[in-house]
Amino acid sequence: MLAVSGLTVRYGPLTAVSEVDVEVADGEVLALLGPSGCGKSTLLRAVAGLEPPVAGTVRWDEKDLADVPVHRRGFGLVFQDGQLFPHRDVAGNVAFGLRMRHVPAEDRRTRVAELLELVGLAGYERRKVTELSGGEQQRVALARALAPRPRLLLLDEPLSALDRALREQLAMDLAGVLRVAGATALVVTHDHDEAFTLADRVAVMRAGRIVQTGPPDEVWRRPADEDTARFLGCGLFLPAVVHDGVATCELGSVSLPWAPPGDVTLGLRPSALRLAADGIAGKLIRSVHRRDHVRLQVRLDETDQVVDAVAGIAETPGDRVHLTLDPTGLAVLP
Amino acid sequence: MDQRVAQRSRGLRPRGLTLLALVPLGFLAVFFVWPVVAILRLGLDEGGVLATLGTGEVWRLVGFTVAQAAGATAVAVLAGLPVAFLLARTNLPGLGLVRVIILVPFVLPSVVVGLAFRALLPEGGGWAIVLANAFFNVAVVARTVAGLWTHLDRRAEDAARALGASRPRTFTSVTLPALAPAIGSAAAVVFLFCATSFGVVLILGGARLRTLETEIYLRTVELLDLSGAAALSLLQLGAVVAALSIGAVARRRRETALRLRGQSESARRPSGGEWFVVALALAVVALLLVPVVSLVTRSTAAGWRALTGFGYEGSLEISGLDAIRNSLAAATDATLLAVTLGTMASVVLVSLTRNRVRFVEVVDTAFMLPLGVSAVTVGFGYLITLDLLPGDLRTSPLLVPLAQALVVTPLVIRIMLPVLRSIDERLRQAAAALGAGPWRVWWEVDVPMAGRSLLTAAAFGYVVALGEFGATSFLARPDTATLPVAIARLISRPGELNNQMAYAACTLLVLVTVAVVAVVERVRVPVGEF
Repeated sequence: MLAVSGLTVRYGPLTAVSEVDVEVADGEVLALLGPSGCGKSTLLRAVAGLEPPVAGTVRWDEKDLADVPVHRRGFGLVFQDGQLFPHRDVAGNVAFGLRMRHVPAEDRRTRVAELLELVGLAGYERRKVTELSGGEQQRVALARALAPRPRLLLLDEPLSALDRALREQLAMDLAGVLRVAGATALVVTHDHDEAFTLADRVAVMRAGRIVQTGPPDEVWRRPADEDTARFLGCGLFLPAVVHDGVATCELGSVSLPWAPPGDVTLGLRPSALRLAADGIAGKLIRSVHRRDHVRLQVRLDETDQVVDAVAGIAETPGDRVHLTLDPTGLAVLP
Repeated sequence: MDQRVAQRSRGLRPRGLTLLALVPLGFLAVFFVWPVVAILRLGLDEGGVLATLGTGEVWRLVGFTVAQAAGATAVAVLAGLPVAFLLARTNLPGLGLVRVIILVPFVLPSVVVGLAFRALLPEGGGWAIVLANAFFNVAVVARTVAGLWTHLDRRAEDAARALGASRPRTFTSVTLPALAPAIGSAAAVVFLFCATSFGVVLILGGARLRTLETEIYLRTVELLDLSGAAALSLLQLGAVVAALSIGAVARRRRETALRLRGQSESARRPSGGEWFVVALALAVVALLLVPVVSLVTRSTAAGWRALTGFGYEGSLEISGLDAIRNSLAAATDATLLAVTLGTMASVVLVSLTRNRVRFVEVVDTAFMLPLGVSAVTVGFGYLITLDLLPGDLRTSPLLVPLAQALVVTPLVIRIMLPVLRSIDERLRQAAAALGAGPWRVWWEVDVPMAGRSLLTAAAFGYVVALGEFGATSFLARPDTATLPVAIARLISRPGELNNQMAYAACTLLVLVTVAVVAVVERVRVPVGEF
C-alpha cells in the first residue's frame, strides 16, 4: 500500500505540491485529476523518486522510501509519449526491466510474449519501436512497465498524446489491462472521462493541493466546491432546495434521490438542460454540432440569462425552444 | 509547466559528478592552464610587456592577423553557404561524396595545405594565406549551417512565398535570419582557427608576412624574446576568449532552436534558380579538390621510394617509415586520451545543463580554450612546467600525444555534446524506473544512442591528431618526429629529393584522411557540429 503524507515539493520559490496526503490500497487504481499546472505530475514524480520533496514522506507498506533511489523502488512508470528506447526493438523494450532484475532469457521471452498478448500486440517482438503508431507505442510502454510486475504503476497522462477516438478506445483497453494484471496504479490525467474510465477512486487536485477524494460517481455528482464543479464541466450554478429526493430551483424541479435534503447549490452541466416539447421557454441563439449531440445556446425569457443546453438534432437560431432539467447532468454542491 | 518539470532530474549524484569533472578539468589545469600561465609569467617577470604592446609593429601584426582571419572567414562563409544548401535542401545523387570531399581539407595537416598552396601559388602572399585558411574551413561552415538547415521547417518559407515574396526575398527575410545562429557560431569558430593558424602562415608567409601566432613562435624560438612573446600571447588569449564567448552564445541559441523544431523532410529536387546555387556549390567543391589533386599528382615514384630513407643528404634523423610509425602511434594514444577526457567532459556538461547550473557556459568555453590558444605557447610552456611533474615526461613518448589530445578533446566535446543533450531526460528516467542504476542508465541509454557519434569523434580526433603540427613541432624530439614535422623539415632543406619525399608524405596523409573520413560518413549521425 502506498501512503503519501504531508508531501511538499518546491521549485525555487514555487510550491508545486503542498502538504498532500493520499493513499493507494493494494489492487486499487487512483486517478489524480486536475487542470494542467496543478502539480499532479510533480506529485507522481515525487512518488517515483524523481523529485526530492522538501517535506513529508512517501511510504510503501509502512517503509519510508526517502533513501530508496528510483531504480530500487520497484515502481513502473509510463510517460505521456511512451519514451521507448529507440535503439531496441519491441521485445528489447518490454524485456528491459526483466534484464535489470537478471531474469533468465527463457523466462524473459515467455513474459514478453505474455505481456504483448495482454496489450493486444502479440507477435510484435521484432518490430522497431520507431515504426509503431502512437497508440501502439503507448501499448508497448505499458507492457514494458508491467513486465517486471511493479508493486505500483505510475501513469503520467498516458493517453494525452493520442487522438480522441484512439484515446477512448485505449482508455477502455487500459482499464481492462489494469484489472487483469491486478495492478496497483496511480494515474495522472487532466481528462475526467479518462479518470472515471480508469479509476476506482479519483483525487481532484488544484494549485498543489488535493481538494477532494472519492469514487468517480461521488466526485461527479457531489463536487466539493464550485471550482471543482467548474473543472468537472458545470457552467451554471443555481440555489436549490432538496426535499424528499426532489430538488427545486428557478428552472423547475427534478428528481435527485441521492441528494442530501436542505439548501444546496445545483451545478448544471450543458447536458443538465435538454430540448423538450415544453418546459422553460427561451430563444435559441446558436446551435453547434458535436460528435453525438447538438450543443445549444439559449436566452431564457424569464431571466434573460444565456445557458448551455443539449439536443438530439440541430435547430434554427432565432426559434423559440423549451428546455427541461435532466438529472444526469446535475451536480449537487453543499 | 509539466514539460519544464520533466527536464529536471537529479541525474548523477553531486559527488560522482564532481569526481568525474575532476579528471578532464585536472588534465586541462595541468597540461594547459599551468604551462600557459607559466610562460606568461616568465614573460611578464622580464618586464617590457607594455613596451612591446606599445610598438607600432605589434599593432601591424594584429592588423594583419585580424585582416587575414576576417578575409578567410568571409571567403569560407560565402563558399560554405551554397554547399550547405546543397547538403541540406537537395536530394541529388552523390551528396555522400560531396560530404567526404569537403571534410578532407578540414582534417588535412596544415603543413600539407601550406605546401599545396605554395605549389599552386608560388608567389605566396596575403591572398594565398587567406585562400588556404578559407580552404581549411569551408567544411566547418557547410556542415554547421547544413545541420541547422535540414531541421528548419520549410513551411515558413512556403508561407513567405505564398504571401508574395520572391525566392531571393524569401531567402534574405526568412531563411537567412533563421540560419543566423549557425552562421554566427560557425564564423566565430572559423575566425578562431584562422587567427591562430600556424603551419599555413609559416609556410606561405615566409619571413615577410607574420601573424601573432608565427610571431610568438619566432620570438620564443629564434629571438628568445619571452616578454615579447608573452605580451603577444596575452593579446591572443583575449581575442580568443572574446570569439569563443560569441560562439557559445550563438550555439546556445541554436541548440534551443533545434529542440523546438522536429526534423522535417526538407530535401527536394532543386528547381529554377536553385540550380544556379547548386552549380555554385559544385564549383566550390571542385575548387576544394584543386590543391589536393595538385599535391597527389606531384608525388612521384621516386618520392614514394624515398619515404623509406632519410631524405637528401640525411635531412631527417629518422627514416620516413619511422616518422609514419611515430605519427600513427602518437595519434592513437592522443585519440584514446581525448575520447576518454572529451566523453567525461561532455557527461559533466550535460549533467550541469540538466541541473541548470549557471556557469555551464563558462565550463563549456574553458574546454574549448585549447583550440584557440597558440600551440606554440602551450608547447613552450610544457618545456618549463613538465620538469616539475613526477616522472620524466619531457623525454616520455607520451609528451606529443598529451599535447595533441589537448587539441583533439574540444573537437570530441563539440561532436558528443549535442548528441547527449538531444537525449530526452525522461528516457533515462524510464530506464531508472525499470530498475537501472545511474551507471546502468548511462550504459543502456546514453552509450547506445551516442555510440555512433563517439566513433565519429574518435575518427575525426585521429586524423586531426595525425595532422597536428604546431605543438608537435615544438615538442617532438628529432627521433620522435611525426610525419607533418618531417615534411616541414624536408621542405625547409634544399634538394629535389626532399621535395619529392615531402609530396609523397603529403599524399600518404591525404589518403589516410580520405579513408578515415569515408568511414566516418558511413556511420554519420544527424546531430553534431562537424
